[in-house]
Amino acid sequence: MYGKGLRSLSIVTVAAMALALSLVFFYAPLEAEQGFLQKIFYIHVPLAIIALCGFVVGALFAIAHLRTRDSSWDMRSYVTIHMSLIFAVGALITGSIWAKGSWGHWWVWNEPTLVSFLIVFLLYATYQPLRFAIEDPERQSRYASVFAITAGAFVPMNFIAVRLSTAYLHPRVLGGTSNLPGSMRLTFMVSLAAVTLLFVTMCKYELTAKHTRAQVRALRRRLVGEDGSPARRGRTAVPAMGTQAAGRSGL
Amino acid sequence: MPALQLEGLARHYGEREALSDVSLTLQEGQTLVVFGPNGAGKSTLLRVLSTLLRPHAGRVQVLGCSLPDEAWSARGRLGLLGHEPLLYRELTARENLRYHASLHRVPQERVERVIEGVAMSGREDEPLRTLSRGMVQRVAIARAVLHEPELLLLDEPHSNLDPAGIELVSPLIGPASGRTRVICSHDPEAGLAGADLVLGLRSGRTALLLPAGEVTAGKIRELYR
Amino acid sequence: MRRTVGALLRKELLVELRTFESVPGMSLFAVTTFVVFHFALNRSSVEGDLAAGILWVTLLFAAILGANRLFVADADQGGFDGFLLAPVDRSAMMVAKVLTMLAYLVVLELVAVPAFAILLLGPPLGPALPQLIAVLALGDIGIAVIGTLVGALAVQTRARDLLGPLLALPLLVPIVIGGARATAPLLAFSHAGGVPARWLLTLGLYDLIFGLIAYALFDFLLED
Repeated sequence: MYGKGLRSLSIVTVAAMALALSLVFFYAPLEAEQGFLQKIFYIHVPLAIIALCGFVVGALFAIAHLRTRDSSWDMRSYVTIHMSLIFAVGALITGSIWAKGSWGHWWVWNEPTLVSFLIVFLLYATYQPLRFAIEDPERQSRYASVFAITAGAFVPMNFIAVRLSTAYLHPRVLGGTSNLPGSMRLTFMVSLAAVTLLFVTMCKYELTAKHTRAQVRALRRRLVGEDGSPARRGRTAVPAMGTQAAGRSGL
Repeated sequence: MPALQLEGLARHYGEREALSDVSLTLQEGQTLVVFGPNGAGKSTLLRVLSTLLRPHAGRVQVLGCSLPDEAWSARGRLGLLGHEPLLYRELTARENLRYHASLHRVPQERVERVIEGVAMSGREDEPLRTLSRGMVQRVAIARAVLHEPELLLLDEPHSNLDPAGIELVSPLIGPASGRTRVICSHDPEAGLAGADLVLGLRSGRTALLLPAGEVTAGKIRELYR
Repeated sequence: MRRTVGALLRKELLVELRTFESVPGMSLFAVTTFVVFHFALNRSSVEGDLAAGILWVTLLFAAILGANRLFVADADQGGFDGFLLAPVDRSAMMVAKVLTMLAYLVVLELVAVPAFAILLLGPPLGPALPQLIAVLALGDIGIAVIGTLVGALAVQTRARDLLGPLLALPLLVPIVIGGARATAPLLAFSHAGGVPARWLLTLGLYDLIFGLIAYALFDFLLED
């Protein structure tokens, strides 16, 4: 169920990333003011956009989980948010490097996107500790879904509020994606597509790995008995697959 | 219509089965006594029947209402006495009971009658944290029967009670109460008395399900081995 | 529904009056924090942006203290189970808790705002008071909603005292933004007119969105 088409997806992702990198380095023109450093834009902005979309998608999966009580939705929600958090860290780091290169400071408060990102990151960084702090697996999934939905609604609200608070102070520093000349726009689109593919592929890998592990545990339990494979050693933040894992085939 | 009808009830805790394939039928006015070692699933079963936990598989009908979809119409017609008294320690017996009375839409006069029924008159205005465990248990019993439920779910109801206390609450929760009862017990002899149906659980599975007449205390003790 | 909320509120009030766990602590914390700010910033009088910031940060942290305690009695003494066994609309608990939190915040502000005016605030508070009350009211609703949601989330976890603030603070940043930006002109020596509507709208929008979300999601936190 999870692993279908993983190989072809990986190949496409690698190809897309290779294409994007070559475009960035050999095709896209050097920007007048910022020079070579500006090329970080092609990785920073896609990372940011995909991370944000990932958080919202994680919230949608969480809604599905609460409605159907199927734990596989919770697993998808967990993996998506987990991966988005990693991409968000990447966006923050690349944004910081860009700020240092262009402005000489590792952090700028008057770039509302970067600031909103920091707040969103701080919020989602509590997702895993929250899960880890709840032992009952079903309650853990439920509470995590409630959090994911609240945080998902928070993301746009937060961007509006931060944008409003900085709008009247300084003009946007790092610039938006409108008014891009053709070659830059093409490079950007390809980068965006490549990062999207990377995200989806990595999520699929993680989902498949977890699902397989759960199936192995279920099989072992059926062969050896309840005590043969203790479900958990200690606490964990990873969602349980429930006893449906044993019945689901089609990997 | 039977008071309880379970078919293949299952409930898991993560990847572990807490209850698995439990089936039984209990008629109105009858008493089901559940035995089993710690961790066998007795309290889980009681909490599922009380609508606090949803069943994960199987069919469950409590007082004619199918769980979990019709749980809302079964609530208010059953009373649960668990390990916790479900009372606020800083409030008095009367305040606690009045709170539950307004939640269950029970007239306040009933609160006074129930306080008398558990012999707490005179101590009903002291905070619960100043009372002994036996007294708190009596107030908890009062809370469980306050709304005159048709079905009583009792988890070791006589814990913390002395023989006088047990006799005192017997008209409320004992066989003489006339209500359908499900009781979790650790005492084979005392538990069997007054039982109509006996269920023995081990690791969430049914190890024993027989009418009380066919069960001896010895058979029950084997469950714990 | 209303009767259930009434019964819940009466119970909350009784428990708080018996234990004084929340409100005195919150108020005392606020006053002490003002004193700490005086020493930390080395200022005897503040105005404008700085004053608004100090006031809102202090109120926020005091509120989080209160939100942490909001569900503790219920979680530890079986209050959730007792409520869940009753044939009532479960959303009543969320409404009752939000109202309780609002009540705590009102009492907190009745102590903290005058204390702030006496201890640290430079400009006189009088003329701007009605507008300040309006801004505080809008902010309080948001804080109460988030405090209730996060309080219920955190109370059933192991690290409840730590997770509560960690979850609540980022979520409350828009309230801080709206509240502080709206309050700053009110606390300035040169009263530059009223509160810009933009901030009142931000606060109002936040209250509405998260009020609805909390109302929709709260039941999932209660049941099993």
